[in-house]
Amino acid sequence: MSEPTPAALSCEEIMRALNDYVDGETVAAVCREFAEHLAGCNPCQVVVDNIRKTIRLYKAGEPYPVPPQCTARLTAALRAKWAATFPAPPAHPR
Amino acid sequence: MDPTAPPAPAPDPDSELVGRARAGDFAAFEELVGKYQNRVHALAHRIVGSAHDAEDVTQQTFLSAVEHLRSFRGDAPFAGWLLRVAANHALKALRKRRGLPTVSADAEEGYGDVPHPEFIAPWREDPADLAARHEVRELIDAALAELDDKYRVVFALRDIEGLSVRETAEATGLTESAVKVRLLRARMALREKLTRALGDESARLFPDHRHG
Repeated sequence: MSEPTPAALSCEEIMRALNDYVDGETVAAVCREFAEHLAGCNPCQVVVDNIRKTIRLYKAGEPYPVPPQCTARLTAALRAKWAATFPAPPAHPR
Repeated sequence: MDPTAPPAPAPDPDSELVGRARAGDFAAFEELVGKYQNRVHALAHRIVGSAHDAEDVTQQTFLSAVEHLRSFRGDAPFAGWLLRVAANHALKALRKRRGLPTVSADAEEGYGDVPHPEFIAPWREDPADLAARHEVRELIDAALAELDDKYRVVFALRDIEGLSVRETAEATGLTESAVKVRLLRARMALREKLTRALGDESARLFPDHRHG
């Protein structure tokens, strides 16, 4: 083992700060200490970058579009529900 | 005006359509369905993990939306409300299939026992390029499906669908602190799996310390 960690954060504090840091939240001193730690810790920088890229990868694209046959069933079901929930006013009979 | 007051929330882009739908305009509601059905379906699919159940959940979500449209007060964006309704139906479907509570009712977890990162390396490609590749989509779907239900649900709502921590807590019945801990577990587990596949082995890093 070489030098100890630059900031004396506990494991639990590091994990909590990591989460907030990834979300871009700037909270309290622990996050400042974490930012200081991060500046001197390349592996931690890469872990933060990995997590952000993981989230971006999952957000990209839309892998499960509604199948066309499902859309038709959905529209029919909604039309029936709509008629029961919002009955047409008697002044405008069909 | 108070300069220290937080900025007012952005107006809901759907408020006009929602207003017309609440007044009984089915065409306006159909526009909302068209706009959000793929997001609702994708969220349902990610949570329940089956195409058949995802279709059921999608239908139940919009049926519930019709039923509760009049009580939707519009003090939060329609999209977030709809996704919370979808999450509730998806969780119900999951419980029904698994036959046990999948999300709440656990002992509170802490940050202390979250597994540490093992394989640390920069990724070889950018997520935008990776997302277009079929084998990468399969990889990320498989990694998500392997996550425990209670972590997958929180990751899908918060990180994929972009709900706030508070909204995710409301949708799942968890406390906000439990959402955050589960989110970190999900993020760390997915990071580990994806980085082993997508990371640059030749640039792998080995930390010279453990936090503790």
